Amino acid sequence: MKADHFLDATGLSCPMPIVKTRNAMKDVNSGEILEVKTTDKGAKADLAAWTKSGGHELLEQTESDNVYTFFIKKG
Amino acid sequence: MTVRIMKPAEVARYSIEKKPLFILDVRNEDAFADWKIEGESIEYLNIPYFDLLDGVDDIKGELPRDRDILVVCAKEGSSQMIAEMLSDEGMDVAYLEGGMKAWSEYLEPVKVGTLKSGGELYQFVRLGKGCLSYMVIDADKAAVIDATRMTDVFLDFAKEKGATIEHVFDTHLHADHISGGNVIAEATGATYYLPSQDAEEVVFDYKKLADGLRVTVGETSVEAVFSPGHTSGSTSFVVDEAYLLTGDILFIDSIGRPDLAGMADNWVGDLRTTLYNRYEQLSEELVVLPAHFMEMKEVNADGSVAKQLSVLFSENHGLQVEDENEFRVLVTENLPPQPNAYQEIRKTNMGVLTPDAETQREMEIGPNRCAVR
Repeated sequence: MKADHFLDATGLSCPMPIVKTRNAMKDVNSGEILEVKTTDKGAKADLAAWTKSGGHELLEQTESDNVYTFFIKKG
Repeated sequence: MTVRIMKPAEVARYSIEKKPLFILDVRNEDAFADWKIEGESIEYLNIPYFDLLDGVDDIKGELPRDRDILVVCAKEGSSQMIAEMLSDEGMDVAYLEGGMKAWSEYLEPVKVGTLKSGGELYQFVRLGKGCLSYMVIDADKAAVIDATRMTDVFLDFAKEKGATIEHVFDTHLHADHISGGNVIAEATGATYYLPSQDAEEVVFDYKKLADGLRVTVGETSVEAVFSPGHTSGSTSFVVDEAYLLTGDILFIDSIGRPDLAGMADNWVGDLRTTLYNRYEQLSEELVVLPAHFMEMKEVNADGSVAKQLSVLFSENHGLQVEDENEFRVLVTENLPPQPNAYQEIRKTNMGVLTPDAETQREMEIGPNRCAVR
Protein backbone atom coordinates (compact mmCIF):
# COMPACT_ATOMS: atom_id res chain seq x y z
CA MET A 1 0.00 0.00 0.00
CA LYS A 2 1.24 3.47 -0.86
CA ALA A 3 1.11 6.17 1.78
CA ASP A 4 1.24 9.97 1.42
CA HIS A 5 2.96 10.47 4.78
CA PHE A 6 5.21 8.32 6.91
CA LEU A 7 5.88 8.24 10.66
CA ASP A 8 8.60 6.14 12.27
CA ALA A 9 7.55 5.54 15.87
CA THR A 10 9.73 2.46 16.38
CA GLY A 11 11.52 2.19 19.68
CA LEU A 12 8.96 4.41 21.41
CA SER A 13 6.76 3.09 24.16
CA CYS A 14 3.23 3.94 25.14
CA PRO A 15 1.85 6.63 25.01
CA MET A 16 4.37 8.11 22.53
CA PRO A 17 3.37 6.17 19.38
CA ILE A 18 -0.14 7.60 19.63
CA VAL A 19 1.00 11.07 20.67
CA LYS A 20 3.31 11.18 17.62
CA THR A 21 0.67 9.73 15.31
CA ARG A 22 -1.81 12.34 16.45
CA ASN A 23 0.70 15.13 15.84
CA ALA A 24 1.67 13.74 12.44
CA MET A 25 -2.00 13.55 11.49
CA LYS A 26 -2.23 17.37 11.72
CA ASP A 27 -0.16 17.65 8.51
CA VAL A 28 -2.27 15.06 6.68
CA ASN A 29 -5.18 16.19 4.52
CA SER A 30 -8.51 14.45 4.70
CA GLY A 31 -8.48 11.38 2.46
CA GLU A 32 -4.69 11.06 2.51
CA ILE A 33 -2.93 8.06 4.01
CA LEU A 34 -0.44 8.03 6.88
CA GLU A 35 1.83 5.04 7.37
CA VAL A 36 2.96 4.43 10.97
CA LYS A 37 5.56 1.96 12.14
CA THR A 38 5.82 1.04 15.83
CA THR A 39 7.48 -1.66 17.91
CA ASP A 40 5.21 -1.18 20.93
CA LYS A 41 2.92 -4.18 21.26
CA GLY A 42 0.40 -2.19 23.26
CA ALA A 43 0.08 0.27 20.38
CA LYS A 44 -1.51 -2.45 18.28
CA ALA A 45 -4.91 -2.33 19.93
CA ASP A 46 -4.61 1.32 20.95
CA LEU A 47 -3.84 2.64 17.45
CA ALA A 48 -6.80 0.75 16.07
CA ALA A 49 -9.06 2.13 18.81
CA TRP A 50 -7.67 5.65 18.44
CA THR A 51 -8.18 5.57 14.68
CA LYS A 52 -11.81 4.69 15.18
CA SER A 53 -12.46 7.23 17.92
CA GLY A 54 -10.78 9.95 15.83
CA GLY A 55 -13.05 9.27 12.86
CA HIS A 56 -10.23 7.93 10.68
CA GLU A 57 -10.08 4.65 8.81
CA LEU A 58 -7.58 1.87 9.45
CA LEU A 59 -6.95 0.51 5.96
CA GLU A 60 -4.32 -2.08 6.75
CA GLN A 61 -2.39 -3.43 9.67
CA THR A 62 0.59 -5.76 9.28
CA GLU A 63 3.22 -7.27 11.50
CA SER A 64 6.69 -8.57 10.72
CA ASP A 65 9.79 -8.98 12.90
CA ASN A 66 8.03 -7.28 15.82
CA VAL A 67 7.39 -4.14 13.78
CA TYR A 68 3.74 -3.19 13.46
CA THR A 69 2.75 -1.16 10.43
CA PHE A 70 -0.50 0.77 10.13
CA PHE A 71 -2.03 2.54 7.14
CA ILE A 72 -4.48 5.13 8.35
CA LYS A 73 -6.71 7.20 6.08
CA LYS A 74 -7.58 10.56 7.56
CA GLY A 75 -11.28 11.13 8.04
CA MET B 1 0.81 19.54 42.79
CA THR B 2 3.09 16.52 42.66
CA VAL B 3 1.85 13.27 41.28
CA ARG B 4 1.98 10.32 43.65
CA ILE B 5 3.14 6.90 42.57
CA MET B 6 1.17 4.04 44.04
CA LYS B 7 2.65 0.56 44.25
CA PRO B 8 0.53 -2.56 43.68
CA ALA B 9 0.93 -3.45 47.38
CA GLU B 10 -0.83 -0.19 48.32
CA VAL B 11 -3.64 -0.82 45.85
CA ALA B 12 -4.06 -4.25 47.46
CA ARG B 13 -4.81 -2.52 50.79
CA TYR B 14 -7.67 -0.53 49.19
CA SER B 15 -9.01 -3.69 47.62
CA ILE B 16 -8.81 -5.90 50.72
CA GLU B 17 -9.72 -3.32 53.36
CA LYS B 18 -12.50 -1.89 51.19
CA LYS B 19 -11.11 1.64 51.39
CA PRO B 20 -12.76 4.04 48.95
CA LEU B 21 -10.77 4.49 45.74
CA PHE B 22 -11.58 6.01 42.37
CA ILE B 23 -9.83 4.46 39.40
CA LEU B 24 -9.45 6.41 36.19
CA ASP B 25 -8.54 3.58 33.82
CA VAL B 26 -7.04 5.04 30.64
CA ARG B 27 -6.60 1.78 28.71
CA ASN B 28 -8.73 1.19 25.62
CA GLU B 29 -12.32 0.13 26.20
CA ASP B 30 -11.81 -3.51 25.19
CA ALA B 31 -8.95 -3.96 27.65
CA PHE B 32 -11.00 -2.39 30.46
CA ALA B 33 -14.03 -4.54 29.67
CA ASP B 34 -11.84 -7.65 29.72
CA TRP B 35 -10.33 -7.11 33.17
CA LYS B 36 -9.63 -4.41 35.72
CA ILE B 37 -8.57 -3.89 39.33
CA GLU B 38 -11.40 -5.33 41.39
CA GLY B 39 -12.65 -4.10 44.73
CA GLU B 40 -16.01 -3.59 46.37
CA SER B 41 -15.07 -0.04 47.40
CA ILE B 42 -13.71 0.98 44.01
CA GLU B 43 -15.47 3.29 41.56
CA TYR B 44 -14.35 3.48 37.95
CA LEU B 45 -14.15 5.76 34.96
CA ASN B 46 -12.73 4.36 31.74
CA ILE B 47 -11.54 6.89 29.17
CA PRO B 48 -8.70 5.87 26.86
CA TYR B 49 -5.64 8.10 27.21
CA PHE B 50 -5.73 8.89 23.51
CA ASP B 51 -9.07 10.63 23.98
CA LEU B 52 -7.53 12.90 26.62
CA LEU B 53 -4.57 14.19 24.64
CA ASP B 54 -6.33 17.52 24.01
CA GLY B 55 -6.75 18.04 27.72
CA VAL B 56 -8.46 16.70 30.78
CA ASP B 57 -10.93 19.57 31.25
CA ASP B 58 -13.86 17.42 30.16
CA ILE B 59 -13.35 14.81 32.85
CA LYS B 60 -12.35 17.01 35.77
CA GLY B 61 -15.94 17.34 36.83
CA GLU B 62 -16.37 13.56 36.85
CA LEU B 63 -13.57 12.98 39.33
CA PRO B 64 -14.53 12.87 43.02
CA ARG B 65 -13.05 15.17 45.66
CA ASP B 66 -13.80 12.89 48.59
CA ARG B 67 -11.78 9.78 47.69
CA ASP B 68 -8.30 8.94 46.47
CA ILE B 69 -7.85 8.87 42.71
CA LEU B 70 -5.63 6.39 40.91
CA VAL B 71 -4.86 6.57 37.20
CA VAL B 72 -4.19 3.16 35.65
CA CYS B 73 -2.99 1.97 32.27
CA ALA B 74 -1.42 -1.18 30.81
CA LYS B 75 2.22 -0.54 31.61
CA GLU B 76 2.58 2.88 33.27
CA GLY B 77 3.51 5.49 30.66
CA SER B 78 0.05 6.66 29.68
CA SER B 79 -1.26 6.79 33.22
CA GLN B 80 1.74 8.87 34.27
CA MET B 81 1.06 11.32 31.43
CA ILE B 82 -2.63 11.67 32.29
CA ALA B 83 -1.87 11.91 36.03
CA GLU B 84 0.55 14.75 35.31
CA MET B 85 -2.03 16.53 33.19
CA LEU B 86 -4.56 16.26 36.03
CA SER B 87 -1.96 17.39 38.50
CA ASP B 88 -1.21 20.47 36.37
CA GLU B 89 -4.89 21.28 36.73
CA GLY B 90 -4.54 21.19 40.50
CA MET B 91 -5.88 17.70 41.08
CA ASP B 92 -4.34 15.38 43.68
CA VAL B 93 -3.89 12.04 41.90
CA ALA B 94 -1.64 8.99 41.81
CA TYR B 95 -0.72 6.57 39.06
CA LEU B 96 -0.08 2.85 39.36
CA GLU B 97 3.57 1.87 39.25
CA GLY B 98 4.07 -0.72 36.52
CA GLY B 99 0.44 -0.51 35.41
CA MET B 100 -1.85 -3.51 35.04
CA LYS B 101 1.17 -5.61 34.16
CA ALA B 102 2.56 -5.15 37.67
CA TRP B 103 -0.88 -5.54 39.21
CA SER B 104 -1.27 -8.89 37.46
CA GLU B 105 1.98 -10.08 39.01
CA TYR B 106 1.50 -8.81 42.54
CA LEU B 107 1.14 -11.45 45.27
CA GLU B 108 -0.16 -10.60 48.73
CA PRO B 109 1.08 -13.10 51.34
CA VAL B 110 -1.62 -13.85 53.93
CA LYS B 111 -1.19 -16.14 56.90
CA VAL B 112 -4.13 -18.54 56.94
CA GLY B 113 -3.21 -20.53 59.97
CA THR B 114 -0.85 -21.71 62.67
CA LEU B 115 -0.13 -25.42 62.40
CA LYS B 116 -0.31 -27.87 65.30
CA SER B 117 3.44 -28.05 65.62
CA GLY B 118 3.75 -24.25 65.60
CA GLY B 119 4.43 -24.02 61.88
CA GLU B 120 2.60 -21.67 59.54
CA LEU B 121 0.46 -21.90 56.45
CA TYR B 122 0.55 -18.97 54.03
CA GLN B 123 -1.65 -18.18 51.10
CA PHE B 124 -0.28 -15.97 48.31
CA VAL B 125 -3.19 -14.02 46.88
CA ARG B 126 -2.72 -12.88 43.31
CA LEU B 127 -5.40 -10.21 43.40
CA GLY B 128 -5.01 -9.22 39.76
CA LYS B 129 -5.68 -12.66 38.40
CA GLY B 130 -7.40 -14.55 41.19
CA CYS B 131 -4.69 -17.21 41.56
CA LEU B 132 -3.88 -18.61 45.00
CA SER B 133 -0.61 -20.32 45.92
CA TYR B 134 0.46 -21.83 49.24
CA MET B 135 3.49 -22.34 51.42
CA VAL B 136 3.64 -24.71 54.38
CA ILE B 137 6.46 -23.76 56.74
CA ASP B 138 7.48 -25.90 59.70
CA ALA B 139 10.80 -26.29 61.50
CA ASP B 140 12.96 -24.63 58.83
CA LYS B 141 11.36 -26.69 56.07
CA ALA B 142 8.86 -25.57 53.49
CA ALA B 143 6.57 -26.94 50.80
CA VAL B 144 5.09 -24.84 48.01
CA ILE B 145 1.81 -25.67 46.30
CA ASP B 146 0.59 -24.20 43.01
CA ALA B 147 3.33 -21.58 42.75
CA THR B 148 2.94 -18.88 40.11
CA ARG B 149 5.75 -17.88 37.75
CA MET B 150 6.80 -15.01 40.09
CA THR B 151 9.16 -17.49 41.69
CA ASP B 152 11.33 -14.91 43.47
CA VAL B 153 8.39 -14.11 45.74
CA PHE B 154 8.36 -17.70 47.04
CA LEU B 155 12.13 -18.09 47.16
CA ASP B 156 12.55 -14.79 49.03
CA PHE B 157 9.70 -15.53 51.40
CA ALA B 158 11.16 -18.90 52.38
CA LYS B 159 14.54 -17.26 52.85
CA GLU B 160 13.07 -14.57 55.10
CA LYS B 161 11.48 -17.30 57.17
CA GLY B 162 14.74 -19.21 57.27
CA ALA B 163 13.12 -22.22 55.62
CA THR B 164 14.38 -24.58 52.93
CA ILE B 165 11.87 -25.53 50.25
CA GLU B 166 11.96 -29.33 50.00
CA HIS B 167 8.73 -30.13 48.23
CA VAL B 168 6.98 -28.41 45.35
CA PHE B 169 3.51 -29.53 44.29
CA ASP B 170 1.10 -28.60 41.54
CA THR B 171 -2.46 -29.80 42.07
CA HIS B 172 -2.79 -30.17 38.29
CA LEU B 173 -1.36 -29.00 35.00
CA HIS B 174 -2.53 -25.37 34.98
CA ALA B 175 -4.15 -23.87 31.90
CA ASP B 176 -4.74 -20.31 33.03
CA HIS B 177 -1.36 -19.31 34.41
CA ILE B 178 2.23 -20.37 34.12
CA SER B 179 3.48 -22.51 36.99
CA GLY B 180 6.62 -21.61 38.86
CA GLY B 181 6.92 -25.15 40.20
CA ASN B 182 9.71 -26.43 38.01
CA VAL B 183 11.78 -23.24 38.37
CA ILE B 184 11.49 -23.32 42.17
CA ALA B 185 12.38 -27.01 42.28
CA GLU B 186 15.45 -26.42 40.13
CA ALA B 187 16.53 -23.40 42.19
CA THR B 188 16.22 -25.21 45.51
CA GLY B 189 16.84 -28.86 44.67
CA ALA B 190 13.33 -29.61 45.91
CA THR B 191 11.27 -32.49 44.55
CA TYR B 192 8.60 -31.39 42.07
CA TYR B 193 5.43 -33.47 42.19
CA LEU B 194 2.84 -33.53 39.41
CA PRO B 195 -0.12 -35.85 38.83
CA SER B 196 1.10 -38.25 36.14
CA GLN B 197 -2.26 -38.27 34.33
CA ASP B 198 -1.72 -34.56 33.56
CA ALA B 199 1.97 -34.90 32.84
CA GLU B 200 2.15 -37.34 29.92
CA GLU B 201 3.75 -34.72 27.69
CA VAL B 202 5.95 -33.11 30.35
CA VAL B 203 9.59 -32.95 29.24
CA PHE B 204 11.34 -32.30 32.58
CA ASP B 205 11.88 -34.56 35.60
CA TYR B 206 9.12 -34.76 38.16
CA LYS B 207 7.88 -37.16 40.75
CA LYS B 208 4.47 -38.75 40.29
CA LEU B 209 1.75 -37.64 42.64
CA ALA B 210 -0.38 -40.58 43.65
CA ASP B 211 -3.44 -40.86 45.84
CA GLY B 212 -2.44 -41.22 49.47
CA LEU B 213 1.10 -39.94 48.96
CA ARG B 214 2.17 -38.41 52.24
CA VAL B 215 5.12 -36.15 52.91
CA THR B 216 6.05 -34.30 56.05
CA VAL B 217 7.24 -30.72 56.24
CA GLY B 218 8.94 -30.53 59.60
CA GLU B 219 6.26 -32.26 61.64
CA THR B 220 3.37 -31.21 59.44
CA SER B 221 1.73 -33.74 57.16
CA VAL B 222 0.77 -33.05 53.56
CA GLU B 223 -1.38 -35.81 52.10
CA ALA B 224 -2.49 -36.21 48.49
CA VAL B 225 -6.17 -36.95 47.79
CA PHE B 226 -6.88 -37.89 44.18
CA SER B 227 -9.73 -35.64 43.05
CA PRO B 228 -10.02 -35.65 39.24
CA GLY B 229 -12.49 -33.62 37.19
CA HIS B 230 -10.91 -30.30 36.26
CA THR B 231 -8.15 -32.39 34.73
CA SER B 232 -7.83 -36.16 34.82
CA GLY B 233 -5.03 -35.95 37.37
CA SER B 234 -6.31 -33.15 39.62
CA THR B 235 -5.18 -33.84 43.17
CA SER B 236 -6.13 -32.13 46.43
CA PHE B 237 -3.98 -31.92 49.54
CA VAL B 238 -4.89 -32.25 53.18
CA VAL B 239 -2.41 -30.21 55.21
CA ASP B 240 -2.00 -30.83 58.94
CA GLU B 241 -5.31 -32.73 58.93
CA ALA B 242 -6.98 -29.33 59.04
CA TYR B 243 -6.78 -27.71 55.61
CA LEU B 244 -8.01 -28.98 52.25
CA LEU B 245 -6.22 -27.51 49.25
CA THR B 246 -8.69 -28.16 46.45
CA GLY B 247 -6.79 -26.84 43.43
CA ASP B 248 -9.21 -25.99 40.62
CA ILE B 249 -11.83 -28.53 41.64
CA LEU B 250 -13.74 -26.65 44.30
CA PHE B 251 -13.77 -22.89 44.84
CA ILE B 252 -15.57 -20.78 47.43
CA ASP B 253 -18.73 -20.16 45.45
CA SER B 254 -18.18 -22.20 42.32
CA ILE B 255 -16.62 -25.38 40.97
CA GLY B 256 -13.96 -26.25 38.41
CA ARG B 257 -14.63 -26.53 34.72
CA PRO B 258 -13.76 -29.79 33.00
CA ASP B 259 -13.13 -28.46 29.50
CA LEU B 260 -9.70 -26.83 29.46
CA ALA B 261 -7.94 -29.87 28.10
CA GLY B 262 -10.71 -30.50 25.56
CA MET B 263 -12.18 -33.39 27.52
CA ALA B 264 -15.33 -31.96 29.12
CA ASP B 265 -17.58 -34.89 28.27
CA ASN B 266 -15.13 -37.48 29.55
CA TRP B 267 -14.28 -35.71 32.77
CA VAL B 268 -17.67 -34.51 33.93
CA GLY B 269 -18.28 -37.86 35.66
CA ASP B 270 -14.98 -37.58 37.52
CA LEU B 271 -15.84 -34.06 38.62
CA ARG B 272 -19.20 -35.21 39.92
CA THR B 273 -17.65 -38.12 41.83
CA THR B 274 -14.97 -35.94 43.40
CA LEU B 275 -17.37 -33.22 44.52
CA TYR B 276 -20.33 -35.35 45.55
CA ASN B 277 -18.60 -38.50 46.85
CA ARG B 278 -14.91 -38.13 47.51
CA TYR B 279 -15.11 -34.81 49.37
CA GLU B 280 -18.14 -36.09 51.30
CA GLN B 281 -15.89 -38.71 52.87
CA LEU B 282 -13.54 -36.07 54.28
CA SER B 283 -13.99 -34.24 57.55
CA GLU B 284 -16.44 -31.35 57.22
CA GLU B 285 -14.23 -29.41 59.58
CA LEU B 286 -11.50 -29.03 56.96
CA VAL B 287 -10.87 -25.46 55.83
CA VAL B 288 -11.04 -25.29 52.04
CA LEU B 289 -8.22 -23.39 50.37
CA PRO B 290 -8.76 -23.27 46.61
CA ALA B 291 -6.29 -22.37 43.85
CA HIS B 292 -8.47 -19.51 42.61
CA PHE B 293 -11.06 -16.98 43.58
CA MET B 294 -13.44 -15.33 41.14
CA GLU B 295 -14.78 -12.23 42.85
CA MET B 296 -13.55 -9.93 45.60
CA LYS B 297 -16.56 -10.85 47.73
CA GLU B 298 -14.95 -14.27 48.19
CA VAL B 299 -11.98 -12.60 49.89
CA ASN B 300 -12.23 -12.54 53.69
CA ALA B 301 -11.61 -9.37 55.72
CA ASP B 302 -8.03 -10.44 56.43
CA GLY B 303 -7.31 -10.91 52.72
CA SER B 304 -7.50 -14.70 52.79
CA VAL B 305 -9.70 -16.90 50.63
CA ALA B 306 -10.80 -19.77 52.87
CA LYS B 307 -14.02 -21.36 54.10
CA GLN B 308 -14.96 -24.48 56.00
CA LEU B 309 -15.99 -27.48 53.89
CA SER B 310 -19.27 -27.80 55.80
CA VAL B 311 -20.21 -24.26 54.78
CA LEU B 312 -19.41 -24.97 51.14
CA PHE B 313 -21.58 -28.10 51.23
CA SER B 314 -24.54 -25.92 52.11
CA GLU B 315 -23.70 -22.71 50.21
CA ASN B 316 -21.47 -23.35 47.17
CA HIS B 317 -23.59 -23.13 44.00
CA GLY B 318 -21.80 -26.09 42.39
CA LEU B 319 -22.52 -28.41 45.32
CA GLN B 320 -26.29 -27.96 45.33
CA VAL B 321 -27.12 -29.74 42.07
CA GLU B 322 -28.77 -33.02 43.02
CA ASP B 323 -29.68 -34.07 39.49
CA GLU B 324 -26.77 -35.58 37.56
CA ASN B 325 -28.02 -34.46 34.16
CA GLU B 326 -28.50 -30.95 35.39
CA PHE B 327 -24.95 -31.09 36.69
CA ARG B 328 -23.66 -32.31 33.33
CA VAL B 329 -25.35 -29.42 31.55
CA LEU B 330 -24.03 -26.92 34.11
CA VAL B 331 -20.39 -27.90 33.62
CA THR B 332 -20.36 -28.60 29.88
CA GLU B 333 -22.69 -26.01 28.36
CA ASN B 334 -22.67 -22.22 28.39
CA LEU B 335 -19.16 -22.19 29.81
CA PRO B 336 -17.34 -18.88 30.06
CA PRO B 337 -14.71 -18.16 27.38
CA GLN B 338 -11.51 -20.09 27.85
CA PRO B 339 -8.55 -18.28 29.40
CA ASN B 340 -6.22 -16.27 27.19
CA ALA B 341 -3.64 -18.47 25.41
CA TYR B 342 -4.65 -21.48 27.52
CA GLN B 343 -3.21 -24.02 25.12
CA GLU B 344 0.16 -22.28 24.98
CA ILE B 345 0.09 -21.99 28.78
CA ARG B 346 -0.48 -25.73 29.14
CA LYS B 347 2.42 -26.44 26.77
CA THR B 348 4.64 -24.05 28.72
CA ASN B 349 3.75 -25.84 31.95
CA MET B 350 4.76 -29.11 30.28
CA GLY B 351 8.11 -27.60 29.34
CA VAL B 352 7.28 -28.07 25.66
CA LEU B 353 7.22 -24.32 25.01
CA THR B 354 9.80 -22.02 26.63
CA PRO B 355 8.63 -18.46 25.98
CA ASP B 356 10.68 -15.54 27.31
CA ALA B 357 9.51 -13.58 30.35
CA GLU B 358 7.81 -10.86 28.29
CA THR B 359 5.86 -13.43 26.26
CA GLN B 360 4.86 -15.28 29.44
CA ARG B 361 3.46 -12.03 30.77
CA GLU B 362 1.45 -11.43 27.59
CA MET B 363 0.11 -15.00 27.67
CA GLU B 364 -1.33 -14.50 31.14
CA ILE B 365 -2.97 -11.15 30.49
CA GLY B 366 -6.65 -11.01 31.26
CA PRO B 367 -9.01 -12.41 33.83
CA ASN B 368 -9.07 -15.87 35.29
CA ARG B 369 -11.78 -18.10 33.90
CA CYS B 370 -11.44 -21.46 35.58
CA ALA B 371 -14.83 -21.85 37.19
CA VAL B 372 -18.44 -22.54 36.45
CA ARG B 373 -21.20 -21.35 38.70
